[in-house]
Amino acid sequence: MTAQIPLLDVRNIEIQAANSTSIVKSVNLTLAHGAMAALVGESGSGKTMASRSVLRLLPPGVRMTRGEILLEGENLAEASEKRMRQLRGRSLGMIFQEPMVSLNPAMSVGAQMAEALRLHTSLSRQEIRQLCIEMLERVRISNAAGCLTAFPHEFSGGMRQRIMIASVMLLRPKLLVADEPTTALDTLAQREVLDLLTELARDFNTAVLLITHNLGLVARYTENMTVLREGRVVEAGKTASIIAHPYQTYTRKLIAAAKASQGLADDVIPPDAPAVLRATDVSVTYGARTHGRGHGAAAVSEVSLDIRKGETVAVVGGSGSGKTTLGRALLGLVPLSSGRVEFEGRNIIDGKGAIRREARLGCQMVFQDPYSSLDPRQRIGSIVHEPLRHVQDMAPADKERRVSEVLAEVGLSGLERRLPHELSGGQRQRVAIARALVRRPPLVVADEPVSALDMTIQAQVLELIRDLQASYGFACLFISHDLTAVRRVAHRVIVMEAGRIVEQGATEDILGAPQHPYTARLIEAAPMIGDPAGLRPAADRAKVLP
Amino acid sequence: MATYLARRLSMMLLTLSLVAVTVFVLVRLVPGDSASLMLGEAGSLEQLAILRARWGLDQPWPIQFLYWIKGLLSGDFGVSTRTGEPVLALILARFQVSAVIVLAAMTIAVLVAVPVGLYAAWKQNSWADLAVVSVATLLLSIPSFWLGLLLLVVFGLKLSWLPILGYVGFGEDFSRALSFVILPVATLALIEIGVLVRMARASAIEVLRLEYVTHARAKGMPEWRVLAFHVFPNAFAPTLTLIGLILGNLLGGIAVLETVFTLPGMGRLLVESIFARDYPVVQGCLLLTGVIFVLINLIVDMLYPIFDPRVARA
Repeated sequence: MTAQIPLLDVRNIEIQAANSTSIVKSVNLTLAHGAMAALVGESGSGKTMASRSVLRLLPPGVRMTRGEILLEGENLAEASEKRMRQLRGRSLGMIFQEPMVSLNPAMSVGAQMAEALRLHTSLSRQEIRQLCIEMLERVRISNAAGCLTAFPHEFSGGMRQRIMIASVMLLRPKLLVADEPTTALDTLAQREVLDLLTELARDFNTAVLLITHNLGLVARYTENMTVLREGRVVEAGKTASIIAHPYQTYTRKLIAAAKASQGLADDVIPPDAPAVLRATDVSVTYGARTHGRGHGAAAVSEVSLDIRKGETVAVVGGSGSGKTTLGRALLGLVPLSSGRVEFEGRNIIDGKGAIRREARLGCQMVFQDPYSSLDPRQRIGSIVHEPLRHVQDMAPADKERRVSEVLAEVGLSGLERRLPHELSGGQRQRVAIARALVRRPPLVVADEPVSALDMTIQAQVLELIRDLQASYGFACLFISHDLTAVRRVAHRVIVMEAGRIVEQGATEDILGAPQHPYTARLIEAAPMIGDPAGLRPAADRAKVLP
Repeated sequence: MATYLARRLSMMLLTLSLVAVTVFVLVRLVPGDSASLMLGEAGSLEQLAILRARWGLDQPWPIQFLYWIKGLLSGDFGVSTRTGEPVLALILARFQVSAVIVLAAMTIAVLVAVPVGLYAAWKQNSWADLAVVSVATLLLSIPSFWLGLLLLVVFGLKLSWLPILGYVGFGEDFSRALSFVILPVATLALIEIGVLVRMARASAIEVLRLEYVTHARAKGMPEWRVLAFHVFPNAFAPTLTLIGLILGNLLGGIAVLETVFTLPGMGRLLVESIFARDYPVVQGCLLLTGVIFVLINLIVDMLYPIFDPRVARA
């Protein structure tokens, strides 16, 4: 312990919403110069509000009602708005969750990066340009000079987040608040972004406050952590010791949920179970016009797979690996350029309209984003009822009964009259699952069904999918970049890279002993608790980068 | 860019051909023609036949259509059956009047409505916002003729500041011309402000909630810069589309307003010509409206990428 003043000292703050309910009840937190700490909690725990109060960027109506926020001894809670503007950008940096919406779509990358420099320094136009280019090169953006004139929509999510980091780190802030900086990214991009962030923070002696719900990332990247629940700190201390010996039941629950999602699916599928879906040499080529990158790219090339009754097959890969396109192609939602797809033994691609219709009714889909996949104006009961509309040999009373039955199975009994916005993210995804299952389909395609959800909710939803599969024996194609989720539900794994299958086999074989280097990289990048590699000291981390 | 423009222009030709056919047929579906309306009850069958032959109305529709198109292609829009004037000159003279009023009103409306809407969004749910929304709703609910008459009564009759009847061209006497258009411009501007303020406010509220606005603030930027450089360009794109649509609509004729203020605009010309079944003039007016509509939409589409680069021009 040194007598030095900590960089950030948050003392007993309380934050209230417009209706005077406390979002943050009492939070204490200290952060030393150059340290990396995590603020952990589920959505609604107040972690985002607590972190935004440091920059005094609370949404309208939300205000801090008690406590002090000391930045090197200066109380920010009482600083003038003018003083705050001097500190923001210069000493206090912030990185946001959604790289898709945290850069201004109407402004070139260069103009956005230069903005803060023009505001806080007296550098010339040329010097600013030079600094921006150097910083973009540091975050490994190829053609940095060209990037300055490009607009945010021309980059992938991972690249945008790197540009974001470059733009914030340009002024070498003393403190960086990173609010779920990688939640929207796939595992590989997640790894890349956080490695870069760590590296830059170390070089510039910037302290980082990482706001996240992902305990795997916390274990891998931070030294200290603070666990928040319902606006209060439930546990705080060294990351390694909290993860190894959590004192509080809530922390234990969080860690158990994260670990449980690392457990393997154990039930065995009999080898003679009939194939529900069989794809042979499926290829999908996007024309130059739709793909936009110039050449007619093969999104999926010559992929063959079968999914048996009661089996879950996971398709994993990074963004752009073709896994989503494959899922859509198998359902006939995108045209195949070659190959054949059989559903319950019948070819559905060239088949007659009736066969295709039947196949389409027999395959149901669960989408990634439970916010946009439900009609906001439709009540839950009618959303779940909708797929039954075309079932002729079912009496209306039976349909009603089926809907309440399915809602009970997903744990949403009695919510028929609610609207989607009245439910939480986890509940909405349950509605989506109920809608997919109400017809008792032989096949369910789930495209990243849990990646938008919190860790504990993820565990519950995955559990639900497994339980329902055990009861009804539907086959499931589970598309995901999240290996922890895959481990939890899948019997078999197919690894895709650049539209091709690079490896496939039983889940434990692939995830336990990957043969292909790409698979190994994917597994390496997935943050896991209790994995010794996850707790390596910071110095080693930079080496893993390509 | 050039190929985009070429594609858009050829699509425009297709649209206008459809407009031409529709206009031609619609006009002729109305019972009665120019000849029978001009002669009235008193006309004899011989007179009717002579007039019809003179205007080509005795020909089958396809032949009439071909004559009309042939004329159009050589710049001849025909002659008004009512006054005998050439249609193109007649329409252009009347269009000037409407265009001056509409463009002036629209410019004022945009200049007032966009900043006010942005301010109201910034101050969302404050009393100032409430005041802006209430006034805007009031303005857009008032019928234009009623607001026009009200202004005429107050400024024309009671205060006698402005003339209430007539029109003088800007070329003849600028200050007198101005005194005639102030009230119609004010009426139209007030109503469009009501529409545009609400649109600008709604899209600014959407944008203000986005993270890049918080990101801009997190850089330490003063609020006015955040609003000017981050909120305004993104919030303006949807408003621009609306401006285009309104402008096209208004230029096609603000007949009601022109009637209230006794202005010789294109809207009134169109109404009068419909009553007289003056086919060449009605066809010309509607075709011109179509051209204006398509052109304004093209301009809006060309401007759109400036505010939202995600909409590529290619």
